[in-house]
Amino acid sequence: MNLSMKWLADYCDIDVSAKEFCDAMTLSGSKVEGFEKEGEELKRIVVGRVEEIKKHENSDHLWVCQLNVGGDSNIQIVTGAQNVNQGDYVPVALDKSVVHGGHEIKKGKLRGEVSEGMLCSLGELGLSINDFPYAIEDGIFILGDDCDKTLGMDIREAIGFDDTVVEFEITSNRSDCLSVIGLAREAAVTFNKPLKVADKAALKEDGAVEDIIKISVADADLCYRYVGAVVKNVKIGPSPRWMRERLRASGVRSINNIVDITNYVMLEYGHPMHAFDLRYVEGNHITARRATKGEKIVTLDGGERELNENMLVIADDKKPIAVAGVMGGEFSSVMDDTETIVFEAACFNGASVRTTAKALGMRTESSARFEKELDPNNCMGAITRALELITILGAGEVVDGIIDVFPTPKAPSKVKFDYEWINNFIGINVPRDRQVSILEQLGFTFEGEMVVAPSFRNDIEHPADVAEEIARIYGYDKIESTPLSGVSNAKLTPKQAFVKNVNDALLAQGVSEIQTYSFVSPKVYDKIMLPENSPLRNCVVISNPLGEDTSVMRTTAIPSMLDIVSKNYNNRNLVASFFELATVYSSNGKEQLPTEKQKVVIGAYGEGVDFFEVKGIVEEVLRKMYVFNYDFTAISDRVEFHPGRTAEITVGDVKLGFMGEISPQVQENYGIGTRVYAAELDIDACFEVATPDVKFSPLPKFPAIVRDLSFVCDADIPVMSLQKRIAAAAGKYAESVNIFDIYQGKQIEKDKKSVAFKLVLRSNEKTLTDTEADDAMNRVVKSLAELSITLRS
Amino acid sequence: MRQKLEEIRERAAKELEAATDLAAIEELRVKFLGKKGELTAILKQMGGVAPEERPKLGQLANEARGYIEQIIADKNEELQKAALANKLVEEKIDVTAPSKRRKLGSKHPLTIVLDEIKDIFIGMGFDIAQGPEVEWDYYNFEALNIPENHPARDTQDTFYITEKMLLRTQTSPVQIRVMENKKPPIRIIAPGRVYRADTVDATHSPLFHQIEGLVIDKGVTMADLKGTLELFVKSLYGEDSQIRLRPHHFPFTEPSCEIDVACFRCHGAGCPLCKGEGWIEILGAGMVHPKVLENGGVDPNVYSGFAFGMGLERVVMRRFNIDDIRLFYDNDLRFLEQF
Repeated sequence: MNLSMKWLADYCDIDVSAKEFCDAMTLSGSKVEGFEKEGEELKRIVVGRVEEIKKHENSDHLWVCQLNVGGDSNIQIVTGAQNVNQGDYVPVALDKSVVHGGHEIKKGKLRGEVSEGMLCSLGELGLSINDFPYAIEDGIFILGDDCDKTLGMDIREAIGFDDTVVEFEITSNRSDCLSVIGLAREAAVTFNKPLKVADKAALKEDGAVEDIIKISVADADLCYRYVGAVVKNVKIGPSPRWMRERLRASGVRSINNIVDITNYVMLEYGHPMHAFDLRYVEGNHITARRATKGEKIVTLDGGERELNENMLVIADDKKPIAVAGVMGGEFSSVMDDTETIVFEAACFNGASVRTTAKALGMRTESSARFEKELDPNNCMGAITRALELITILGAGEVVDGIIDVFPTPKAPSKVKFDYEWINNFIGINVPRDRQVSILEQLGFTFEGEMVVAPSFRNDIEHPADVAEEIARIYGYDKIESTPLSGVSNAKLTPKQAFVKNVNDALLAQGVSEIQTYSFVSPKVYDKIMLPENSPLRNCVVISNPLGEDTSVMRTTAIPSMLDIVSKNYNNRNLVASFFELATVYSSNGKEQLPTEKQKVVIGAYGEGVDFFEVKGIVEEVLRKMYVFNYDFTAISDRVEFHPGRTAEITVGDVKLGFMGEISPQVQENYGIGTRVYAAELDIDACFEVATPDVKFSPLPKFPAIVRDLSFVCDADIPVMSLQKRIAAAAGKYAESVNIFDIYQGKQIEKDKKSVAFKLVLRSNEKTLTDTEADDAMNRVVKSLAELSITLRS
Repeated sequence: MRQKLEEIRERAAKELEAATDLAAIEELRVKFLGKKGELTAILKQMGGVAPEERPKLGQLANEARGYIEQIIADKNEELQKAALANKLVEEKIDVTAPSKRRKLGSKHPLTIVLDEIKDIFIGMGFDIAQGPEVEWDYYNFEALNIPENHPARDTQDTFYITEKMLLRTQTSPVQIRVMENKKPPIRIIAPGRVYRADTVDATHSPLFHQIEGLVIDKGVTMADLKGTLELFVKSLYGEDSQIRLRPHHFPFTEPSCEIDVACFRCHGAGCPLCKGEGWIEILGAGMVHPKVLENGGVDPNVYSGFAFGMGLERVVMRRFNIDDIRLFYDNDLRFLEQF
C-alpha cells in the first residue's frame, strides 16, 4: 500500500520528518518498506514564461526563446520543439540542472546561439500524459490553469509533483489499513493526534433512485450487503489535478473522472467500488446471485470466462454483468458516451472471492481486498463519499436516495476487558486510563466489562487480541525483558546424542557432510536400476511438484549421494568422501502418514579409496555407535551394487545396512569415470543393537603369548568365518585373532589361498606356559583340519 | 716409583687430550687402567717397596687411578655431547615443507550453525523436539489457526501429497505435536526441513530449514519472550548486539512480532546489507494464540506461552557471506572444505 502524505494530511496532522514517521509507524505495527519523495531527482527546474520566440537563423527547425524565469533579466534558450508559443508557461531546466533519469543540463551554444538551459517535456520531468491529459506526448509541457504560474517557482511545487509516498507492508489481518483512513487512524494513535474523519450522513434515504433501479441479493451467504446509487447526466472527462496527483502517488493510473472516483474511494476508504452503465443493465434490476454452471461473461480485460455455481456474480435480468468482487463485465463498463451510472459498494464473502479469483486466474486489486474480509459497515461511507466526489467534480447529477440491501448485518465482536490481565500477560504496567484511551483512539468502544471492536477490525476475538493493541501502541520497545523463570534441565536425548556421535565419527575420519533434497525424480530409480517391482519404488508422490526432478519423496538416499559424487567428480575434485544423515520416506497409503527413517549414507571415490577403506570407515562408525559383534556377509541381490563386492551388515537377525562398490552400469549412468563405494546404515536399527553401557576391563597383569599361524584353504571361504572358528577353538585364553596376510599366487595351489593369523593368548590369573599355548594351537589346527584346512608348510 | 706414577698421570692426561673418538679413549683406558695396563704394572711392583712406604704409595696409586678414570669419563662425555650436537645438525629438516595431513571431514555449514544454535538453547533449558516432514494439513495449518481459505495460505505455496497430506511449510506443526504429547511446562526447539513451492534461485530454495521454539508454563509473559530471545541473539551474534521487536501478524501467535537485529555492518545507520533499514529481520515470534493452545490440549486460562521461528539458511548465509543458497545443496567439496 502506497500512502500519499498529502492525502494523509486530510485526516491527520503529522509534523515529523518522513524518516521519523516511517520508523514510528513500523514500531506501532504498520511496517514501512520505504519512502520516496516525488521528483527528488529534479534540480533547478522552474516555471518560465516565453516572452519572445523567433526562428533560429542557422536552422530550419530550431527556435530561440527569451524566457522570464522570475529573475532580473530574461534568459535565452534554444528549443527544437514545435508547440511553444509566446506567452506560454513552461518548465525551464536552468544551467546545471538535472532532469528525469539524472541527465544534467548545462549552458551551451546551438549553431552559434547561446542556450542557457532547456525547455522540458512531461517525460523529462518523469511524468506522462496520464498526469496531465491536456499535454501532448512529444512536445514541451505547456502549463495549464491547474498549475501555479509563479515565475521562477520550483516546477515540482508548481505542478504538484512534490508529494512523499510511503510504502507500507500491510499484514493480512489488517485489511482496514489498506486505506488512507485506516493508516491515518494508525498514524493518529501512534503520534497521539486527533483523527479528522468527518462523519458523513450514512442514512438510507428513500428517493427517486428506486424508480430507476431495483437491487436484490439472492445469495446472502456470499453477499453480506449491497449498496447502490445512481448518477445521471454523467459528464465523462479528466479528473482534476489534485485527484490525479493522489492516484499517481498511490500507483494508480488516472483514466477518467468516474473510474478515478471509484479508485479514489477504494484507496481512501479501503472499499472497492464499481460503476455500471445503466444502459446495459437489462431490466434495470441488479441481483447478486450464484452463477449457473457454464454461464459465461466477457470481463473488462476482454477475456471470456466460464463460470460455475460456486461463483457469485452481479447479474441483470438476463446475464451476469460482473464477477462479484473480482472484475466487471466488458459491456456494462463506463464509456465515453455513458449517461447514467449505477455505483456499487458491496460486501462479499472473502473466501468465495478468493476461490473464484483463483479459479478464474484473475487476481485483481478488488479481489485481493475482498478476500481479506472487508467491513460491510464501510459500504455506506464509501458510496456517500463517491457521490460527494461526483458533486465536487461536477461529473454528474446524483439521484436522490441510496438503495441498501443488507441481509446479513455483522455482529460486533465483544471481548472482556481486564487491564490487569493485559499487564500480566504482556509483562508491562500500563494504567487503565491509558489502555482505554489507546483503544478508543483505535475505534474501540466500551460496554460495561466488555470492549467492543470496531466493525472494520475482524481480527479481535480474544483478550490476547486486545492485549496486542495495547502492547504495540504502548511500544514493544518499552517492554522490559525478563529471563525465563524456573529451572529446566535440558540435554540431547540418547538417540540425538547417538546421531551426533555418528556425525563426529565420520568427520574424524575425513568424511565430509552433505545435505541433499528430500525429493527426487522418479527416474532415479531407473538410474540405480531398481527392478519394476522393487518396494523402494513405492514413493510418496507430490501432487503439485515444481518439476519432475523434485516430484517424489526419496525412499533411499543412495541416488542423492551418487548425484553429489557425480557433480564433484565432474568438477575435478579427484578424491572425496561424503556422508549424509538422510531421511527417507516410505508410503503408508493415503490414510496414514509415511514412515520417515533416518539413514547414514556414505559415498567415496578416488585414488587410495577401495572397498576396505570404506569398510574401515563403517567399522569405526559402528564402534563409535557401540555396536559390536556385527557380521559382514556377501550379498549379490542389490542391483545398484557390484555383485561380488557388496556386503550386508548385521547383528544377529537385525539388518543394519549394507555397503559395497557401485555397479559399473550405475556408475556410468551417473557419469562417474571411477569406482565409487557407498554404504547405508539404518540409524534406528543400529541404535537398537547398540550397547553403550561400557564397563572398564582392567589392563592385563600377565604377559601374552603370541603365535602366528598360516593356513591354506579354498579361495572362496570368507576369512571372517575362519577367524571366528580359530577364536572359538583356541579357548578361554584367546585374547584376539587377527588376520595379517592373505595370499593367492604362484606358491599356492590354484583356487586356494593362504591366510595368516596372529593369535594372542593371555590369562588374567597367571603367566601362561608354553604347554598351555601349544594345547591351544593344537586345538586350532585340529578344528580347521575338520574343514580340510591345513597349516601352510 | 712416585715419579713414575706422576709421569703416568701426566702422560694419560696428554694422550687423552689428543683423543678424538670414543674408540681412542677406550684404547687409552686399556693402556693405562687395563689388567695389563701401565698402572697395573706399577702396582705389581709394590712388592719391592719398603713396607712402611706401602700405604702411602698405595694411596698415591689409587689417586692416580681415580684421576685417570675421571678424565676418561670427562672426555667420554665431551665426545658424546659433540656427537649428539653433530647428529642434531645433520638431522635438520625444512619445516616449511608440506605436511602429511590426516584430513578431518568438513561439517556442512548448515550443521555448524545449527549445532551452535542448539547448544545455546540447550544451555537455556530447551529440549530438542522433532516432527514429521510429511504432515497432515491439520497440523500444518488448521490447528495453527490457519483455516482453509485463510489468506495466509497464499504466502506459503504448499506441496500437497493428497488433499489432507502435505510437506510441512513450517516447523510450527511440531508445536501442536509437542503439546499433545507433553504436559506443561514445555521448553523446546524443533529444527528441521520445511518445503515451499518456490522456484530455485540465488535466494530461494523449495527446501530449507527452520528452527521452531515453544515455551509454555504458568505466567509466561511477552517480557519473557523478549528476554529469552535477546539472550539468544546475544549468544549467537555477540554481547553487544541490539534487537528490536516489531509488531507483526502470524495466525498462531497473538500478540505477534518480528525480531530485528541491528545491522552487523552499519549498526543501524542503513547500508546495502540491511537494504538501508539499519535492521535485519531474523525471527518471527509471539505469544501462543489461545486457539492454538486449545488445539494442543492446553488450557489457555491456566497456561500461557510464547513461540518463535527462524530460517536457518539466511543466518548461515550472513555468517559466512554466502551469496547463493544453492551452494548448500550442491555440496561441492571446494565449498564444504571452506568451513
